[in-house]
Amino acid sequence: MFSVTSIPPSSTLSFADDIPSSHRKHPAELDAMDVDEVGFEDEYGGAGPSKRTIVTPGEIITSSKEYMRGHGTYVEDVNVVSSVTGTIDRVNKLISVKPLRSRYNPEVGDLVIGRINEVGPQRWRVDANGRQDAVLMLSSVNLPGGVQRRKIESDALKMREFLAEGDLLVAEVQSLLGDGVMSLHTRSLKYGKLRNGFLITVPPQLIRRLKSHFHHIPPPCGPTGVDIILGLNGFVWVSSGTSQERREGGEGFDAEGVYSDRNDDITPEGRQAISLIANLIKLLAREGVPLTETLIGEAYTWAAKNGLGIGTLNEEVEERLLSEVVGLDITKSS
Amino acid sequence: MSSSRLEILNDGGLRHDARRPYELRSTSFLLSTSSSSSTSSSSSTGLTPPDGSSTVTQGLTSVQVTVFGPREPRQRSLAAHDRATVAVEVGVVPWASSGSGAKRTRGDKRLQEIGAAIRQTFEPVIMTHLYPRSEIAINVQVLSADGGILPTSINATTLALIDAGISLLDYVTSISIGLHLLQPLLDLSQPEEMDLPTLVVASLPSSGKITLAQMETRLHVDRFEEMLTLGTDEEGRR
Repeated sequence: MFSVTSIPPSSTLSFADDIPSSHRKHPAELDAMDVDEVGFEDEYGGAGPSKRTIVTPGEIITSSKEYMRGHGTYVEDVNVVSSVTGTIDRVNKLISVKPLRSRYNPEVGDLVIGRINEVGPQRWRVDANGRQDAVLMLSSVNLPGGVQRRKIESDALKMREFLAEGDLLVAEVQSLLGDGVMSLHTRSLKYGKLRNGFLITVPPQLIRRLKSHFHHIPPPCGPTGVDIILGLNGFVWVSSGTSQERREGGEGFDAEGVYSDRNDDITPEGRQAISLIANLIKLLAREGVPLTETLIGEAYTWAAKNGLGIGTLNEEVEERLLSEVVGLDITKSS
Repeated sequence: MSSSRLEILNDGGLRHDARRPYELRSTSFLLSTSSSSSTSSSSSTGLTPPDGSSTVTQGLTSVQVTVFGPREPRQRSLAAHDRATVAVEVGVVPWASSGSGAKRTRGDKRLQEIGAAIRQTFEPVIMTHLYPRSEIAINVQVLSADGGILPTSINATTLALIDAGISLLDYVTSISIGLHLLQPLLDLSQPEEMDLPTLVVASLPSSGKITLAQMETRLHVDRFEEMLTLGTDEEGRR
């Protein structure tokens, strides 16, 4: 498959194993090793899976003299030591460990779904599955009646009319404050209060950063189709479909309805479609499959072709779906 | 008193459950054991699934630990501006101990003490400065008790914290050590624990640092050292 030139077989050893041993070598020898390593990367196309290993807390990864420590690691004596269980990520000389499971780690620009926890002075506190409650300032939301207008005192008094405790909303991370608190904004017609659907919680690791997190599955799936919002914090919103214009805040956009608390009338067929999509997402998430629009779409097509519509999926159907759509074999041991 | 009649070591050098002095009970470690830990549809009033969980069984002692967090502190007054606070709660199910043992309830002094010991063990090990203004809640549930609740809980808590993806300096391993005449015994069961002076040690296996050494009985200092070394050695081997 490949021709081994200057690389000794030991290069296929795990990253965690070969670095400390190289550190113990003479500096001149070490230089030679570095060259070898570059060759290794060139030949196999960078940090492929072969370079990845799983480490657990307290495990020495490499020497801190040659590498910098990133997230999930700490330095003790001269070693970079892992502090979480996960895969090693290396960017040049920066070593970090990505935990297998953890809470959502916010980044500026991420799309998140959150629930209002508290209405405070000029701000809402939002539970967005992070380490602390996120903050949504009154000045970073669009209020009814004109996109650009000054927030006045009467707005502050009416805050609970816009968003009350328990309301769900979709927003974007505007900035990260000093101690890691996310500050959100909904200054786009795409963002705002959520209704006509329901929330699913999945591990945040399963949602990748995509070009768009708003997806629409068109009408054969329910009378108006089904909308899906994949929040990067692991919250997924599945709701009754809306028209193209309304989704993009164009012509038929109902600015006054943005903060409405009332659900539209949804037909039984529409409800079935929503719950079918939700069940598919739950199934994929349970088996640890990263969620994408295409995957959910394919799962739906498969489900429609096989006449699934109502009720929960049984185990046999789940297995078939996973093997035929994802190519995943879950032969249950239980 | 039935306990005073218990033969700790018989003529063949075996313990009452046919273990050798340094032999541990059969153990099992399970991760992500909380039923709703992966996926669930949450509601505003419903229970939130834990971030990490584990079940550890050592002999007839079984402990389930769930970890929530780092999350917004339930009482904001508890938040520290530069680090996470660790809150531990210990509960014992009513059917945990067989027969004679007094029923323990949530507010029990004994359980509070175990909770405090777990908190003190993990506070220096969790890298709390990475999670300012947040709270890590550790919930210990003893499912069945046959001695060594504290060491089993500590082992389970380590795994649950790892499962939750919380940064730790190292694993924490723990074991109980008893002394019969001059013979140290490892991993005591309930009857042994009632009769013998008991030491509980928790340490970080890769560095050998001790984060907890707890003893409630009096003991000669020479014997103490012997037991402590034995305990940490044994933990390092895991």
